[in-house]
Amino acid sequence: MSRLSVELPGLHLKNPVMPASGCFGFGREYSQFFNLDILGAIMIKATTPEPRFGNPTPRVAETSSGMLNAIGLQNPGLEKVISEELAWLGGYDVPIIANVAGSQITDYVKVASDISKVPNVKALELNISCPNVKEGGIAFGTVPEVAKEVTKAVKEVSSVPVYVKLSPNVSNIVEMAKAVEEGGADGLTMINTLVGMRLDLKTGKPILSNRTGGLSGPAIKPVALRMIYEVSQQVSIPIIGMGGIATAEDVIEFFYAGASAVAVGTANFVDPFVCPTIIEELPKLLDELGFDHISECTGRSWKQNEAVTNYRP
Amino acid sequence: MKVLTHKELAPSIFELTLQGELVSEMKQPGQFVQVKTTEGAEPLLRRPISISSYNSSEKQFTMIYRAEGKGTTLLSQRKQAEAVDILGPLGNGFPVHEAKEGETALLVGGGIGVPPLYQLSQMLVANGVRVIHVLGFQTKSAIFYEKEFSELGDTHIATVDGSYGTKGFVTTVIDKLEQEFATIFSCGPTPMLKALEAGYGEKRLYLSLEERMGCGIGACFACVCHTGDDPTGFSYKKVCSDGPVFRAGEVIL
Repeated sequence: MSRLSVELPGLHLKNPVMPASGCFGFGREYSQFFNLDILGAIMIKATTPEPRFGNPTPRVAETSSGMLNAIGLQNPGLEKVISEELAWLGGYDVPIIANVAGSQITDYVKVASDISKVPNVKALELNISCPNVKEGGIAFGTVPEVAKEVTKAVKEVSSVPVYVKLSPNVSNIVEMAKAVEEGGADGLTMINTLVGMRLDLKTGKPILSNRTGGLSGPAIKPVALRMIYEVSQQVSIPIIGMGGIATAEDVIEFFYAGASAVAVGTANFVDPFVCPTIIEELPKLLDELGFDHISECTGRSWKQNEAVTNYRP
Repeated sequence: MKVLTHKELAPSIFELTLQGELVSEMKQPGQFVQVKTTEGAEPLLRRPISISSYNSSEKQFTMIYRAEGKGTTLLSQRKQAEAVDILGPLGNGFPVHEAKEGETALLVGGGIGVPPLYQLSQMLVANGVRVIHVLGFQTKSAIFYEKEFSELGDTHIATVDGSYGTKGFVTTVIDKLEQEFATIFSCGPTPMLKALEAGYGEKRLYLSLEERMGCGIGACFACVCHTGDDPTGFSYKKVCSDGPVFRAGEVIL
């Protein structure tokens, strides 16, 4: 498996494949299907200082090759996430990336400070891009100066490296990436969902009770690839790519665009075995494409391509 | 799993019988499966469909569904011997043993909520429970399985437009029945479940809920509802993995 291993700030990944936050709960449900140890890492569901119930239902609506969700950051709150969920995940040999959310900067600081001290939490994912909450979330992720401030504040208190999750709902994604890099981010995760809407044909009203929701799934893959392509050429911190990944081929495409690891989101809902399947298929695909190690794929879309038969000890 | 038979019972109502190993995991009436209606990403999500009956020794199960949207319409075109991608069985079904031998149980179904009651009724009858069925449909042409249910016990039909049976809703029928049943099992639209809860909440009443789902296994938090003992707080149940069957009052409808 060493040809799939990836080293990133705080993370020694046995492979570059991890479930994306909000698409895997805290792992319990999927542990009925496969041993979580095989995953590169797990991005757990967003955690806020206090418990949140989330939005009324309907919380999901289907779209062409994708889905809208407006869950609203439902989670049991910081204390329970640490004492119950992270404690349970401690039984597995898999690094955890904790998704940190809140309504104000002090919330982010509180969650980051406490959760980063948990031994199996190896990195934080700063969620300044959730489109489904009224306060916080995306409000921090669309103004570069604000994003930089949150990043700085969290970096000061975090015991582990901080990755910032970028929203695609901005006019200039590179500007956002550079701002959080200046704020001290150790890495980026991108992209979060795109704000969208669907209407009920009979009532004329939005299907989602929240009216709008975040679009995910294969429909957003081209947007994610384009943004990673642009950002990876302009920053020097690594990117964990996400947005519609469902196959090993998708993973390679994200690496070509500039990602150093990937997260699988919505596809987990369609096929609970999608992560193990991708991990199993990646070596075969590397063989077919003539790569010794997956890291050789990163940024090939814009790097001066070297011969694909590079020897790598 | 492999398609054994697939037929239209009523306009847009299809009965699909599949064969495969996962039938051996079906333990309770009222569980459901998540069906991938097509290969690829369009439509993307699986469709939750209840199991209407299963036969472990034959490794067969049957589901009855309404072809309404894109996914179920595609599913309705699957032919004999073709494969269908099934995830399941999922969820917790009806507690069959809550109705004891010699007792009477009332089974109440509305529209496409009728199917899971069929397996339940068979199992109750096998346990020596007397069953009464009250099934509600929009109109005469939408009725299915009347004969199948009649073979198991008294079967009353209500139609909204009065074209068959009693005109009105299932509650119109139940209100006139002798109240000799201690247990009610029901599946159907939320207004029907609410009416049952309001009128018959003092009985042992079990409700099978319907909600839009994402994953069907409890991971996505799409089908969450508040609990009866904490109606505005943070406690919750997921319809897919804690339900879809709940005791009346356990969750807020």
